Amino acid sequence: MTRWAMVIDLDRCTACQACVVACQVENNIPPADQSDSARGRGISWIRLAPFYEGEHGTRPELRLVPLPCMHCEHPPCTRVCPVGATMIDHEGIVGQNYARCIGCRYCTTACPYTVRRFNWKLPEWPAPMEEGLSPDVSVRPRGVVEKCTFCHHRLQVARDKARMEGRPLRDGDYLPACVESCPAEAMFFGDLDDRRSIVARLAAGPRAFRLLEELGTKPKVIYLSKGESGGDV
Amino acid sequence: METFDDYVDRRLIAPIETTSRRFYIFAGILLAIGLWGAFAWWTQLRRGLSVTGLNAPVFWGLYITNFVFFIGISHAGTLISAILRLAHAEWRRSITRAAEVITVLVLFFGMACVVLDLGRPDRVFNVIRSGNFTSPLLWDVTSVATYLTASTIYLYLPLIPDIAILRDRIRSRGWLYRPLALGWTGSAKQRRILERAIAIMAVIVIPIAVSVHTVVSWVFAMTVQPMWHSTIFGPYFVVGAIFSGIAAIIIAMAIIRKAYHLEGYLKPIHFTNLGLLLLVMSLLWFYFTFAEFLTTYYGGEPMHMVVFLSKTQGRFSPLFWTMVVTCFVVPFALLANRYTRTKVWGTVLASIFVEIGMWLERFLIVVPSLSSPRLPLTAPSYVPSWVEWSLFAAFLSMFILLYALFTKFFPIVSIWEIQEGREHSVGEVTSRVLSYLPEGEPS
Repeated sequence: MTRWAMVIDLDRCTACQACVVACQVENNIPPADQSDSARGRGISWIRLAPFYEGEHGTRPELRLVPLPCMHCEHPPCTRVCPVGATMIDHEGIVGQNYARCIGCRYCTTACPYTVRRFNWKLPEWPAPMEEGLSPDVSVRPRGVVEKCTFCHHRLQVARDKARMEGRPLRDGDYLPACVESCPAEAMFFGDLDDRRSIVARLAAGPRAFRLLEELGTKPKVIYLSKGESGGDV
Repeated sequence: METFDDYVDRRLIAPIETTSRRFYIFAGILLAIGLWGAFAWWTQLRRGLSVTGLNAPVFWGLYITNFVFFIGISHAGTLISAILRLAHAEWRRSITRAAEVITVLVLFFGMACVVLDLGRPDRVFNVIRSGNFTSPLLWDVTSVATYLTASTIYLYLPLIPDIAILRDRIRSRGWLYRPLALGWTGSAKQRRILERAIAIMAVIVIPIAVSVHTVVSWVFAMTVQPMWHSTIFGPYFVVGAIFSGIAAIIIAMAIIRKAYHLEGYLKPIHFTNLGLLLLVMSLLWFYFTFAEFLTTYYGGEPMHMVVFLSKTQGRFSPLFWTMVVTCFVVPFALLANRYTRTKVWGTVLASIFVEIGMWLERFLIVVPSLSSPRLPLTAPSYVPSWVEWSLFAAFLSMFILLYALFTKFFPIVSIWEIQEGREHSVGEVTSRVLSYLPEGEPS
């Protein structure tokens, strides 16, 4: 079996937000204008979540953690959808069916990571950007929920290419836009079930931990940080 | 039964036969608010949910609060009326109808709140076309639809003899009453069947009513969100629902009594008895709330404490303490005191406070848990927009308007049940009481 997973090395991450920008461009996410941002309506499939850490009484240190969808193995969001518009596929990617979603936002409230976003209004792009929309990713209508798909469309492209070249899919053939764009090389992607893959090796390492593991969601986004295994960020 | 006594209970028919100018003014105002709500809804359809105050992470707000609140009110009627009927509580006779109508009407508005909340109301039938039964929301759809069906039947059955009275009396509305009366003649056989049917429905409707608000609570409790994921949410919601439901009956009764001069039917004793029930529910509500908050506090899980503190000390504390005062302190003071409890105004005042408090309770369940997500997410606090408030006002107005219209077509106090009480129950109750006592004369 294949289980797609992401590893984010927080010791390497510089919080430059290249992943955020790459994701916006790759997935046709409309840029939020000022009033949208001020009202908490901006859409992003990956965000930098600010965590404050440090001993009590000392000056807290800010750590920015890239936060895409965790693609949980036990996703709390898919179960609660009244119309089955979100589901986890056989390779572990949690997807969203925009054509079926009724916009009740039960999934967005059930997600403990709050990574799902709702289209409060029709998406809009400034004039020149509209021409640069990716044809591989559908633009979402108003009133539906959307989320990180691990750039699922890239998997199809990678798979087609491998088939054409008459070889199996190799580690690194399929990378989401955020992973590919990371200048600090802090993000990794691959098959967690393939023991030789880079993500499987990193996930087995002593620095690996997952967010809100205690909820039993089994996230497939794994973080690395020194001396922090199993703990909070 | 066969002959309607024109003199004794004519006040119960009067609202149907004559309508005052004040009624039209009142209905006009309600309709105007309803139309304003229609404008607000049109605005929302045109511009999407961006016209609300919602955001990420507060994805749910006033609409879901109102959904829980309205469905809660619906427990007034049917449940209370069914319990009183099964318990042979003789004082129920003049209040059951008024209670049952609340249930049926308010359920529509409860369901409509969910449709308001949808990003794509045009796809609402997807829940039938491609329903996913692991979703508590679908359990809700199922359970509320069942409840609406059962409580409509339960309202209709005891209406049949009264409709027959109207059929025989108001010829001009024969088109309405004749088919609805189902050929009722009041024969012994018909009465036997009717009483049997009412008794069966009264039993059926109770578990359905309990299931409805349990399932509503599960929409929240089945998630892992702090202060939602609680095992007592089912009974807590049911208690709150009955609590706000009784308060709604008391308020409705007071208005009916005043508007239609039914002081002879809706007496202070009815208000006092309902007030006692309200007092019990207030104590139960306090017990549940205390248990829930103490457990959270004592456990002290950080994520739960964030929500706990936002309610008790933080941003939501003014609303929280208002809720405690309006749901418990004031009603308790008014209803535990014999002086205020035996006055109509005393129970009505307590009920108004309870409604405010229970609405706040619903709001404080929905919004604070969403306002403090587990992982940091910067967003402004949720402030409901004019569209949301307008739709709330419109729903309340339209509910009251439909209720008022009901009283213009059907007797809001059951005529035949009052007559039955007068003719049969006095003897029945005497023999019932005698049956509790030891046989023979006291020596």
